[in-house]
Amino acid sequence: MSSPASTPSRRRGSKRGRGSNPSTPQAARSPPSQKRRTDDSTSTGELQPMPTSPPADLQSPGGPDALFSSPPQFQHSAIPLDFDISSPLTYGTPSSRVEGTPRSGVRGTPVRQRPDLGSVRKARQVDLHSDGPAEDIASDQSLGQKLVIWGTDVNVASCKEKFQRFLQRFIDPVRKEDEDIGLDLSEPRYMQRLEEINMIGEPFLNVNCDHLRSFDENLYRQLICYPQEVIPTFDMAANEIFFDRYPDSILEHQIQVRPYNALKTTNMRNLNPEDIDQLITISGMVIRSSQLIPEMQEAFFKCQVCAFTTRVEIDRGRIAEPSVCKNCNTVHSMVLIHNRSMFSDKQMVKLQESPEDMPAGQTPHTVVLFAHNDLVDKVQPGDRITVTGIYRAVPIRVNPRISSVKSIYNTHIDVIHYRKTDSKRLHGVDEEAEQKIFTEERVAMLKELSKKIDIYDRLSSALAPTIYEHEDIKKGILLQLFGGSRKDFTHTGRGNFRAEINILLCGDPGTSKSQLLQYVYNLVPRGQYTSGRGSSAVGLTAYVMKDPETRQLVLQTGALVLSDNGICCIDEFDKMNESTRSVLHEVMEQQTLSIAKAGIICQLNARTSILAAANPIESQWNPKKTTIENIQLPHTLLSRFDLIFLMLDPRDEAYDRRLARHLISLYYQTEEKIEEEYMDMAVLRDYIAYARSYVNPRLSEEAGQTLIEAYVDMRKIGSGRGMVSAYPRQLESLIRLAEAHAKVRFSEKVETVDVEEAKRLHREALKQSATDPRTGIVDISILTTGMSATARKRREELAQALRKLIQSKGKSPSLKYQQLFDDLRAQSDTAITKEMFEEALRALADDDFLTVTGKTVRLL
Amino acid sequence: MPCVADWLNNPFSIVQDIFAQNVPNSDWEKKVTEYFKEKLKENNATNWVPSLNDVPVHYLKPNSLVKFRCMVQDMFDPEFYMGVYETVDPNTNARVLHFGKYRDVAECGPQQEIDLNSSQTVTSERQTFYCVPVPGESAWVKEAYISASQARVSPSTSYTPSRHKRSYEEDEDMDLHPSKQKEQHMGSGGDIHGCVEPKRLETEASAGHHLISPNCSPPLDLNFPLPGEKGPACLVKVYESWDSFKVNDVLEVYGILSVDPVLSIVNNEERDSSTLNAVESMDTAEEQRVHSPPASLVPRIHVILAQKLQHINPLLPACLNEEESKTFVSNFMSELSPVRAELLGFLTHALLGDSLAAEYLILHLISTVYARRDVLPLGKFTVNLSGCPRNNIFTEHIYRIIQQLVPASYRLQMTIENMNHSRFIPHKDYTANRLVSGVLQLASNTSLVVDETQLEQGQLDTKGVHNVTALGNLITWQKVDYDFNYHQMEFPCNINVLITSEGRSLLPSDCQVHLQPQLIPPNMEEYMSSLLTAVLPSVLNKFRIYLSLLRLLDYSISEEVTKAVEEDFVEMRKNDPESVTADDLHRTLLVARFLSLSVGQTTLSRERWLRAKQLEALRKARLQQQKCVNGNEL
Repeated sequence: MSSPASTPSRRRGSKRGRGSNPSTPQAARSPPSQKRRTDDSTSTGELQPMPTSPPADLQSPGGPDALFSSPPQFQHSAIPLDFDISSPLTYGTPSSRVEGTPRSGVRGTPVRQRPDLGSVRKARQVDLHSDGPAEDIASDQSLGQKLVIWGTDVNVASCKEKFQRFLQRFIDPVRKEDEDIGLDLSEPRYMQRLEEINMIGEPFLNVNCDHLRSFDENLYRQLICYPQEVIPTFDMAANEIFFDRYPDSILEHQIQVRPYNALKTTNMRNLNPEDIDQLITISGMVIRSSQLIPEMQEAFFKCQVCAFTTRVEIDRGRIAEPSVCKNCNTVHSMVLIHNRSMFSDKQMVKLQESPEDMPAGQTPHTVVLFAHNDLVDKVQPGDRITVTGIYRAVPIRVNPRISSVKSIYNTHIDVIHYRKTDSKRLHGVDEEAEQKIFTEERVAMLKELSKKIDIYDRLSSALAPTIYEHEDIKKGILLQLFGGSRKDFTHTGRGNFRAEINILLCGDPGTSKSQLLQYVYNLVPRGQYTSGRGSSAVGLTAYVMKDPETRQLVLQTGALVLSDNGICCIDEFDKMNESTRSVLHEVMEQQTLSIAKAGIICQLNARTSILAAANPIESQWNPKKTTIENIQLPHTLLSRFDLIFLMLDPRDEAYDRRLARHLISLYYQTEEKIEEEYMDMAVLRDYIAYARSYVNPRLSEEAGQTLIEAYVDMRKIGSGRGMVSAYPRQLESLIRLAEAHAKVRFSEKVETVDVEEAKRLHREALKQSATDPRTGIVDISILTTGMSATARKRREELAQALRKLIQSKGKSPSLKYQQLFDDLRAQSDTAITKEMFEEALRALADDDFLTVTGKTVRLL
Repeated sequence: MPCVADWLNNPFSIVQDIFAQNVPNSDWEKKVTEYFKEKLKENNATNWVPSLNDVPVHYLKPNSLVKFRCMVQDMFDPEFYMGVYETVDPNTNARVLHFGKYRDVAECGPQQEIDLNSSQTVTSERQTFYCVPVPGESAWVKEAYISASQARVSPSTSYTPSRHKRSYEEDEDMDLHPSKQKEQHMGSGGDIHGCVEPKRLETEASAGHHLISPNCSPPLDLNFPLPGEKGPACLVKVYESWDSFKVNDVLEVYGILSVDPVLSIVNNEERDSSTLNAVESMDTAEEQRVHSPPASLVPRIHVILAQKLQHINPLLPACLNEEESKTFVSNFMSELSPVRAELLGFLTHALLGDSLAAEYLILHLISTVYARRDVLPLGKFTVNLSGCPRNNIFTEHIYRIIQQLVPASYRLQMTIENMNHSRFIPHKDYTANRLVSGVLQLASNTSLVVDETQLEQGQLDTKGVHNVTALGNLITWQKVDYDFNYHQMEFPCNINVLITSEGRSLLPSDCQVHLQPQLIPPNMEEYMSSLLTAVLPSVLNKFRIYLSLLRLLDYSISEEVTKAVEEDFVEMRKNDPESVTADDLHRTLLVARFLSLSVGQTTLSRERWLRAKQLEALRKARLQQQKCVNGNEL
């Protein structure tokens, strides 16, 4: 007997409470199968094994736990009424029953085999020669007519009934999911789904296992433990309901139930022999997918003598060729007819552990997936997916020439459901798909943490603890990590408002800017780190590439798109060339990227926060110059940064002393001590992730008022000197910062404290970056207009000169424009352009000193 | 009680005994490990175990106990195997239980069949590591291990790696395992390529180890990180606590050697057969080749005991925490200062009489990353030795000297050619499903000597730029971003980088020392090579112990000294705020740390701090001077 079994046996006997009869489960599970149909009738005479449903397993109340011992003939009569007794199906497994013949309501809709549960039918069959005869479906209970599928505790009837009840009654208590759009929440969720199937005609019913669990814990457990038995039962139940309701509906084939989100396993690393044959959900990244493999499901044989035809099912890749024609009894006359055999599509996909799940210093694990039928070609290499399927282990084929066997198994997952994790990234807002699952304790811990009064300071000091001081910069980055609330004004035509906060750090070399960037990059899950020197516009955005194999145009995304919903850290921002930088304009305000090349015109989302670091042009920061002059960046770009910090080397004794102490401590503390001292990076990461996905603060009334006041104040400061010191962009920045601060507190409302802190931080950043080095006045226009301080200074002087000139002319209420210009030029020893003159006039006009009408200047 | 030879030569019989005694319980596995642990603890028992590092695979008895000193290069997916299985005799229906642990092939007698459906079957999990010998391991390390070994390799004569002996031994081997040998011959003999045999001899003679390529397929790339490496690669099957091992860890494993030729045959069958089962075809041919290479080329070791090595210096006790090694340490510490003085003298000569550079070189050689704060590695001390003479001879000899001192090292010649064409960063090959190694995949505490004097002007292509960036990242962050195609993964490392260059290096470094030769020998070649021969082997060994040992010491700074240093720093900043930065403090603290350790002090003292400052001042003065000499240099 060289045929391999389909599954290795497991060690779970006692766990399932079947310890008393250890041989039965395995026997039912891994049998060589062809024998069974013919032997069915003969089996009766032989000794029965004793498959029992021990009390622990028997879930239905009142069902006394009788030992099964009746031979198959009796069983037929004992089948519950909702089975069509006359149907031959009852002999088979639930799946073959559905698939074999249409039920009354289902008539007309063809059955589609489920290769994802492929080996089920075979597995169900009985290993006659090793364990003696046994029934394939079930042992019945003399009382209550309890049928239990062999080797499990699944009772087909009650399982079906329970699932139908679930379908009909389950109402989702919490609406969370993205796919719920258009569903009425007060109605049973899955009935609406069935209705949808009727309308759309896609015969797949996706069932969230979490829902099932909240509805019926036991059914969920059964589904997880015995998916190959339970899912066909679910199919049956769903079809019954569906065709009861929509008898006229025409579907391609019968509905197949696809459970997903089984909570059992999430990490590939945790897979172990215990999980074999169970329903599991794991996530990872597709690294390779094979060509389509046609897999024969059913072979069609025809007798060359009498043209008698027969079908043979494939059992684990083998065809049992009938050697004798049943009709004419000719030996070796049956010929395989390829065209009439049934094939199903199959694809091999390699899934690699996602990088986040991996322990440091180890290489990622991979696992093989088999996708069948519809699921073929649903995923491409590079996709992040979550897979629900059945974990299988198959022994490596026995070599007929050698008696030894390789003692290892091949493992794979038969895919039942795919879910792309990042499919939504190219369109629409969808935070849910990325939501990290937090355990309840973790959430409680985070919430506890958020109640601490000094949480803001705590978090900011936990951020990059090796970098000394720079408290405000850290706070700014912290707020950036949290981000503002996303607002949608699409209907009013303004589009999305940016919620991301952009920060620019500039300052002396060697002030650990790069280190801060590295830290942030390591902290956030979707961070990208590039250097301005090395990146091109293409590398940052996206480019179109022709796939060498398919000749298809493919859009390859760059750092900015990859860091969608994350942070893009750009070092050496100043070294970036002009064209590359110009790409950032769109990204930093509209948060999109437009691509128009090689026949692809599209807009990608790039909702990324930008954390950039720039060195001053003269390598050392020149305090006598403005930010603009120091870093030589266009003001159009600068104004898109919410916060611009200067990282300067402060030169005072106290600072030096603290710095020295801090550094020395680095050099002798041991690693454990270091860890105790600061908040763990993991906690910080979770805290941020939680806040980002669950907290969405809105402005409160008073906070709004405070913001208005703040904004008006800022405008006032400027208008006093004839310029505007704040623009709506600054107001937006303030709002974002305030929202982010509220997020830090896990507060759903933005309150005055938040606005105060936002104001303070904004002012702090301004003070550092927008201070006019000559006057010492905070002047936003340095950033927004790029007006250099020298130019403005000269303008001021010119205005004064002009004023003096006018005053010297005596009391005449109006002057000729050209005359005045000439006089001024004559008086001044430097060249004065017309623009400068006009600016000076405007400055005086702003001071209410004069007005200009046409060609005359009128004094007030 | 089984005798010594038994647990060494036939460990399976012992496992079988323990298995048979304890069978229904699952704790037989624990007992097996304990048994071997006890055995190996006995006097010098570890020296009796033949090591795959010194002995070619074909001299080792299959299924005997071996050891292997190696680095984890790649980790394959976990395997499920039959931990316990049952065989049945179809005639008599007699059932026997077997264990599948420590085996690749489920054994059963000629008249028996494996009952795959048996209820007794236990499925277990094990992990496979692809291990290579420690990259860049110095010759003296290998020699020392070989001379310590007392293993009797072949059952008859002692092993001598000469050609004529081999056939004789193979014959004997064949007598011992007639069936297996026959099968092996069938495997290769049945092949269409009749030329296998002569080819085999040829490759073997050149490569120095057993190379059988049954299909005459292109020679398998054994995936060594460094070019030109030799030695066996090995598939190490780990049965417990595999989570604690990481890529690039250096391990010493004791386990059962499996070179069962059946393994290769099974593979060939699968590869050749046209009736491929869908399940088996899921691995590409490429992947098959890599994951189950011929056992004769890449043997399997089924691990009974595995331990991470702190260091691979054979002159030091393997574990420094034990009682007897403590006495070793304290004995050595007492004679530390003469050793240091001698080493300093030796290196001063090597560096053409420059004692300052020699001082810094010592500090560099005992540096090690001892902690990481966030992303910042602490304790790395990359030295850029600038001002090296532009001929090849000097840098080459410096490398040779370092090679004689440290257990593992590699000389990276930074030529345009090399940068553009060699593989620095390991990357994942998804068709073969393995991590293709690169030069920067090195074990901890390997010395990497980058020779920049070789660099000419020229064009770096994309690969070259990546390689230079990777090298820069390695130096700054002590990590290498392995390329996984769809994403990158960061692997922390701990590599001592020494850069030799003419001017300031284009790579970042922690500290630049400008070489000031005090003497220019007329014949550099002769001068340098005479240096090494002049040192007594016993002194050389002391140097080796010195450098390895000091790395492993702890270090602290007292409150008092902290205060003093603080004052000092503030003072310095006051005097010269432009030139004294936090970076300088960082560096001086590092210098002070290694300076204290180099004289065996584990706390910082005031004198050492001053000495560190003095060294730094000297070094800086030199750089300043250099700047003045060639004004255009920054």
